[in-house]
Amino acid sequence: MALLSKKDTNLIMDPLADNNPITIQVLGICSALAITAELKASLVMAVSVIFVLGAGNVVISLMRNIIPSKIRIIVQLIVVATLVIIVDQVLKAYQYELSKTLAVFVGLIITNCIIMGRFEAFALANGPWRSFLDGIGNSLGYGVILIIVGFFRELLGSGTLFGIPVLGDPIEKTGLYATGYENNGFMIIPPAALIVVGIIIWVQRSRNPALVEEN
Amino acid sequence: MALKTDSNVYTVIFAAIMVVVVGSILAFLASALRPNIKENERFEKQQNILYAMGVNENGDDTGSVNFIPTDVVENEFASYIKEQLVIQGDKITEDNEAYLIDLKKQLANIKKGEDYKLPVFIGEKDGKKFYIIPMYGKGLWDAIWGFIALDDTMTVQGVYFDHKGETPGLGANIKMRYFMDDFKGETILNGTQYAGIAVAKGNNDPLNKTKDDNEVDALAGATITGNGVSAMISETVKLYKPYLETIRAK
Repeated sequence: MALLSKKDTNLIMDPLADNNPITIQVLGICSALAITAELKASLVMAVSVIFVLGAGNVVISLMRNIIPSKIRIIVQLIVVATLVIIVDQVLKAYQYELSKTLAVFVGLIITNCIIMGRFEAFALANGPWRSFLDGIGNSLGYGVILIIVGFFRELLGSGTLFGIPVLGDPIEKTGLYATGYENNGFMIIPPAALIVVGIIIWVQRSRNPALVEEN
Repeated sequence: MALKTDSNVYTVIFAAIMVVVVGSILAFLASALRPNIKENERFEKQQNILYAMGVNENGDDTGSVNFIPTDVVENEFASYIKEQLVIQGDKITEDNEAYLIDLKKQLANIKKGEDYKLPVFIGEKDGKKFYIIPMYGKGLWDAIWGFIALDDTMTVQGVYFDHKGETPGLGANIKMRYFMDDFKGETILNGTQYAGIAVAKGNNDPLNKTKDDNEVDALAGATITGNGVSAMISETVKLYKPYLETIRAK
């Protein structure tokens, strides 16, 4: 027997492309704008969200029959906040350097609308295993876009990838800079992320016309 | 019997239990991990101080910083830092744990007009003396802090900056080497006046060759963080001026 049924596989694969939380549902844009100026930050954020959404979806799913509907949003927020604080504290104790890189994302993870969206739309109505897969799928879909945006912004904005210069030295004018190329300062400010996300949406919809809404 | 999850009583009881459970988990975790976290923070401070005076494991690339490894930092700190002083008004005393003084609290005390302690670290490397001063200020989103190492001519020998929540890729780059390295060799004196060092936009010396213009090149897209760094340095210099004068007079 396969580990994952076809339905289960779809839970992971759909959010990667045709039901991507950023490009199709247009959620999580705020964090995509804020932290994608460098690739490393995008990667750290993606991994953090995979953990929080995967675990959070399971917790909410396990509690789904006992959560009072009047306070369900507060309960969801508490679950996210608790998970994020646990991760932060454990890292601070055992992986101090990594925890410092992560510090700035803690607030952003708690307010990430994809997480609340998946709790509300999926985990409250499905079992733990399927909720877990849904959480992993959606956070992977989110992470993929973050990494693509981070790649272009860091490369075109700073001429580096993961902080390593790949286009030469912009001040000494070596490598590509010797030919007159300049770093595009616009790429490192948040509006550039909107443009990159916009281009990804455009490419995705032109490849798959079924995604284009009818007016 | 099915649970009546919509009733008010149930909602209140559920909320109360949830608060107790989550509170207990977090409290237990915090107290269990506290010793480790405290230790890590202590090592980090030692690493930062040594970094400012040039004791680090930086390679050739100008990207991120490489500290002395955590397992040896305690011994290295003891061997490089010869004196730790605490300034209290006109009184200067030695204190082997001056590096643990929380500058944020001391600055708050100054604002309230209460007694305060200002730490200074005197390091020695290759026969040269370094006066290392802690700094604390405000960036765009949250606190920024660091250390500045001076010699007796008030020339910067190195700096270390850090931040709590500046924007990754923008303000967060104050802790990148290419920014911090520019401070090396700058003087905090303008003639005989204490001027600090400004993080200047539109600086026409991006290679930072002129070292007595009290300016380093700003980070693109991080104006407010850069201004915060400038302000932090000049505030610190003002605060330590009486002590710095005694070094110059020597």
